[in-house]
Amino acid sequence: MAPRDPPPPTPTATPGPAEQPALPARAETVVIGGGVIGLAIAWNLARLGKSDIVILERSYLAAGASGRNGGGIRQQWSTELNIRLMQESVALVKRFTADLGINVWLRQGGYLFLARTDTERGFLEQNAALQQRCGVGTRVLTPAEANEIVPELDVSGFAAAAYNPSDGILFPWPFLWGYADGAVKLGARLHCFTDVTAIDRPPANDAAGDFTVHTSRGAIRAHRVINAAGAWSPEIARLVGVELPDRPVRHEILSTEPLKPFLRPMVSVLGTGLYFSQSMRGEIVGGVSIHGDRHTLAMGSRLKFLTTMARALCELVPQFGEVQVLRQWAGPYDVTVDGNPILGEPPGLPRFYLCCGFMGHGFMMAPVIGKYYGEWLAGGKPHEIFDKWTLARFASGQLAKETFIIG
Amino acid sequence: MSGKVIVCRCEDVTLHDVEHTLARGYRDIEEVKRYTGFGTGPCQGKECLRVVACLLAERTGVAPSAIAPFTTRPPIASVPLRLLAGPGAEDLTSARDDDATDEDHGMAG
Repeated sequence: MAPRDPPPPTPTATPGPAEQPALPARAETVVIGGGVIGLAIAWNLARLGKSDIVILERSYLAAGASGRNGGGIRQQWSTELNIRLMQESVALVKRFTADLGINVWLRQGGYLFLARTDTERGFLEQNAALQQRCGVGTRVLTPAEANEIVPELDVSGFAAAAYNPSDGILFPWPFLWGYADGAVKLGARLHCFTDVTAIDRPPANDAAGDFTVHTSRGAIRAHRVINAAGAWSPEIARLVGVELPDRPVRHEILSTEPLKPFLRPMVSVLGTGLYFSQSMRGEIVGGVSIHGDRHTLAMGSRLKFLTTMARALCELVPQFGEVQVLRQWAGPYDVTVDGNPILGEPPGLPRFYLCCGFMGHGFMMAPVIGKYYGEWLAGGKPHEIFDKWTLARFASGQLAKETFIIG
Repeated sequence: MSGKVIVCRCEDVTLHDVEHTLARGYRDIEEVKRYTGFGTGPCQGKECLRVVACLLAERTGVAPSAIAPFTTRPPIASVPLRLLAGPGAEDLTSARDDDATDEDHGMAG
């Protein structure tokens, strides 16, 4: 190495499988799942002084949905709770580089939702009014006005659009590394390539006893366990005899060759699940729903996605016809029937915390969910989400549905 | 010097970038791909994957035969969207599509 090359920095996080230290015998908190949700909770807990944390990730960082999503971050929702949470999440993302020392390539180019029918226009108008009452700058536009924002769109056949300029996109991978490094620097320990195989409940005669989490690399005792395994969370919950209602749905996505920057907002078409944006590298990145799939954790890529997506893109932006597709991949949405996540402790199993069911938008919600989860577990007052988004709500039928879901 | 040796020409990833990634403790080829961006450009790894795999073997002492390539992302070569969107494109999709690709790609994707 030539003298003027800077020396490699000291390793700080995520040693590979060969050189990982052994699991400690015990940790106050074991987080199952090194995705953005688990890492965000871990960093927040550590930040609040509860840094005796071990995070168990079955594969490499970004192997699951956290490393496979489109990086969108929006405040256009249909319920006040989600709007307010996402306003706070956007504010936290804007501070991410200052808080965690890594550039996540945030670009606030807005989200532009397109509606074809009068019913969909009504949906956008109603939600825009609610969003405006919360202080979000969403405007309902005519198709011509949408064309002023993205002149390349063929808006024939559309009835209206909704646009909020402060929504945006970011690059998912550094977001994970930022939380991981931040948590590790504060004392948390991250073990990748560590598969959870069994979980023993605390002994029946010891109400304050530890869980024992068995893994492919040994066992670890834990005062509390957090199930942040995303689409794999039902498998983890089953290890302690808890049945979760969230189910995995494959969503596919593609990336094109890089183009000169031209597209400011994320564009999405209601009802089809079509969304696309231009990344900071210039690629068009986006997906579309393939309806009628069975529940699966399979992440294989399919030609029928490529053809469906190509047709949807070329119809909306005819100039995309000449753009080359570079690659496609898939990741699982972790889907609940009411479109909201599952949080808190299941009935009868204290200190086993759920944080799953994020419907494909766990990435954008992680900053705010991690903050409130961390504050609660560090001894603070629980936010209302922990009363509302319980596992028990599914049995009671008290479901307040979030309907602003892409796909 | 290592800052001027290119290992991935599409994404301008240098030898130094890979060394930096290894120094941070990332060892798995999927991690190195994500941390450096190598193999995510127009060639999709056809030029650089072998080079980076050899580097990993050399620098970590792992046998080259133990380093699996990262998951191949279709299409095998870049395709203009209009060809995939054209009439008849859906006929390319066989009824076995789901099962066939899941078999090929496995659960790991």
